[in-house]
Amino acid sequence: MESINGRSSGGRPSGAGAAAGAGAGPGGRTFSRRWILGAGATTLLTTGLTACGSDSDSGGGGGTLTAFVYGDDAVKVQQAAVDRFNKSTAARTAKGKVKLERIPGAEYPAKLRTAMGSPSAPDIFFNWGGGSIKDYQEAKQVVDLTDTIENDPALKSGFLPAVLAAGGLGGRHYGIPMRGMQPVILFYNKALFAEHKLQPPTTWDQLQDINAKLKKAKITPFALGGADTWTELMWLEYLVDRIGGPEVFARIQEGDASGWGDPAVLKAAETVKELIDDGAFGSKFSSVAYTNGGAPAVFAKGKAAMHLMGSWEYSTQLGKFPSFAKNNLGWCAFPSVEGGKGDIRNVVGNPTNYWSVNTRAGNKDAAIAFLKDCASETYAKALVANGDIPTTANAAKLLDASPNPEFAKFQYEMVEKAPAFTLSWDQAVGSQTATPMLTEINKLFVGKSSPSEFVSALKELK
Amino acid sequence: MSAPSPTKAPADRPSAEPGPAGAGTEGRPRRSGTATAGRPHAAWALPGVLFFGFFAVVPMGLAFYLSFTSWDGLGDPTPVGLDNWRKLLDDDRMLQSLWLTVLLTVVSWAFQTVIALLLGVWAAGRQRNRAVLSAIFFVPFLLSSTAIALLFYALLDPNFGIIQENILGSSSGAFLAIVFVGGWQFIPFHTLLYQGGARQIPEVLYQAAAIDGAGRHRQFFSITLPQLRHTITTSTVLMVVGSLTYFETVLILTKGGPGTDTAVLPYLMYEAGFKSYDFGYASAIASFLVLAATGLSLILVRLTGFGGMRSTREGM
Repeated sequence: MESINGRSSGGRPSGAGAAAGAGAGPGGRTFSRRWILGAGATTLLTTGLTACGSDSDSGGGGGTLTAFVYGDDAVKVQQAAVDRFNKSTAARTAKGKVKLERIPGAEYPAKLRTAMGSPSAPDIFFNWGGGSIKDYQEAKQVVDLTDTIENDPALKSGFLPAVLAAGGLGGRHYGIPMRGMQPVILFYNKALFAEHKLQPPTTWDQLQDINAKLKKAKITPFALGGADTWTELMWLEYLVDRIGGPEVFARIQEGDASGWGDPAVLKAAETVKELIDDGAFGSKFSSVAYTNGGAPAVFAKGKAAMHLMGSWEYSTQLGKFPSFAKNNLGWCAFPSVEGGKGDIRNVVGNPTNYWSVNTRAGNKDAAIAFLKDCASETYAKALVANGDIPTTANAAKLLDASPNPEFAKFQYEMVEKAPAFTLSWDQAVGSQTATPMLTEINKLFVGKSSPSEFVSALKELK
Repeated sequence: MSAPSPTKAPADRPSAEPGPAGAGTEGRPRRSGTATAGRPHAAWALPGVLFFGFFAVVPMGLAFYLSFTSWDGLGDPTPVGLDNWRKLLDDDRMLQSLWLTVLLTVVSWAFQTVIALLLGVWAAGRQRNRAVLSAIFFVPFLLSSTAIALLFYALLDPNFGIIQENILGSSSGAFLAIVFVGGWQFIPFHTLLYQGGARQIPEVLYQAAAIDGAGRHRQFFSITLPQLRHTITTSTVLMVVGSLTYFETVLILTKGGPGTDTAVLPYLMYEAGFKSYDFGYASAIASFLVLAATGLSLILVRLTGFGGMRSTREGM
């Protein structure tokens, strides 16, 4: 209910730009109908789910631009950028200021979606590039930044080309990289490895050998926050890559659902099942979560020896178990699989996050001026200081200033040298496919479906 | 909590009036008596009606309209006729969700009614310690369901909680956890209903029974229970409708998992709407829920003769 009030007071007098963007009839009517529908769907489906939050006036001519951002710890870098921008001459020239709106973690995509369908949409919004902005691009709600980037050397050559490209769709650019890179890394507990005289694995056989030794010592080989399905997804992403190469998922990503029938997918699912049956994740992983700190704690307290996780695991551990992060946290690439086609240097994960601009933004000049700051050295330095690895082309020389230069350089080289960087599956495919896909993955991990049932269920996905 | 039931019950009353004759002759004059004694003008209901219309009826109507369209939350909905409703009949997950919802409703009802009824009757006694304890029992109902779910989520953590078992990771464990947490939250409310109901029972009935030599158990089954039957109906309708719309606890405790084994209808609706952004299908599920909840409460009210009720002291 609060959101309804917020929305009506935030309603913009002229919605013409938006309506034209959506390719629908005369502005006013379409707009109000959509507002009512949005309001209706929101009230009915979220009763109490959507907290207020969107009391800001979006766009409305010169004034303030609203930027939606995923509200985790890293947001301080964006806040600093906003403060810097609002005082800058660029902001004065463009006659606009930016106001950051932090949306708490897990519900960010749903909140963004609801807002984008309403008059109180953000002017600038955080996203994961690729599949995560596909619907907005199709609805013509995201500004094509290709020409802006082409005409601005600072943007064009400012970022790693592969990362910049991953923010786009169909060869056009829609996003500017604004956070650190997030490859998925195999973390291990150095103290436990030393105690049991183990070396980080480079092949699957070595990994199984390590598992056997750890289990004998009554240590769970891997921490896994299975209550969050995306943690399970990482295992399949790497296994499919190592077994069948990056081409297998690339085909699926392009919309060919029969690609799930590739033998590599079945082999990966069978490998997962072997790991589970073998107790590699322990017996309780299906009720352990990552997001509430469960899995990181299991790992940091030595109950599990390894943890396959995004690079943010380092800062998570640094926040919760600083001495573990500083002294005992080790990292390595996901091992190769004997006879598999995938290169051990291939990486899965999220290249980074992006800022995109809403086509309805009142002051696009100001929005783009704000985005340009992401290519600046000041911004990159702020990311480095926060423990992130910027995706800017010149990041390598900044990494010495990182809280952990060794880890920073490992990550940067891992991404820079990767022959293939596969985008997280749930971000790469559209949301309509991602949801049932995650459900099927969870069913595989909790033993509700067999590897072959898993494959046939995935083939059914559009 | 849920909109349809509270309005349906009173609206149903006049239509059922001619039906059961029993106490009718006695009830009628009393009713018109109160009508002449300064009954409020119909306009007094206006704020309530407007509020209900704007926040319940209008969104419900819109959801019903959306259920005949395909809409991803952006742009304009495209009419697709009965596609979503056909999908509803066809969807294996829908079938599983329906079964889980029915199961949740029945199990929650049994769990909550037995405890709430006994506690309520016990709390109806005038002893001081009972008054103090009833006040304490009521506390869980005052907490937000999100807070309660988060609390239990922490308590059930397999590594750091108080019960270090894989409860939420096993199908039956997760289901029972949801039933338990729901009960923990709502039993106090139903206890209050039964406490009020039991206090309405005239003392003379018990005195007469005592003279006839009825013991405590006999008094409970022959006086208390029959006298509470309208309270049982009220409480049942509220529980059924509440279970049909039970959502936050599922979202926080299990996210419908493990697999899809606790994905009840409201959760499936949430997933379709806010994970897959298929608002058309989500609205079809929502509309189905509204119809099912309304239908069920109507049936319950009819079956129990609740509609013909004149007073809670009927049968005296």
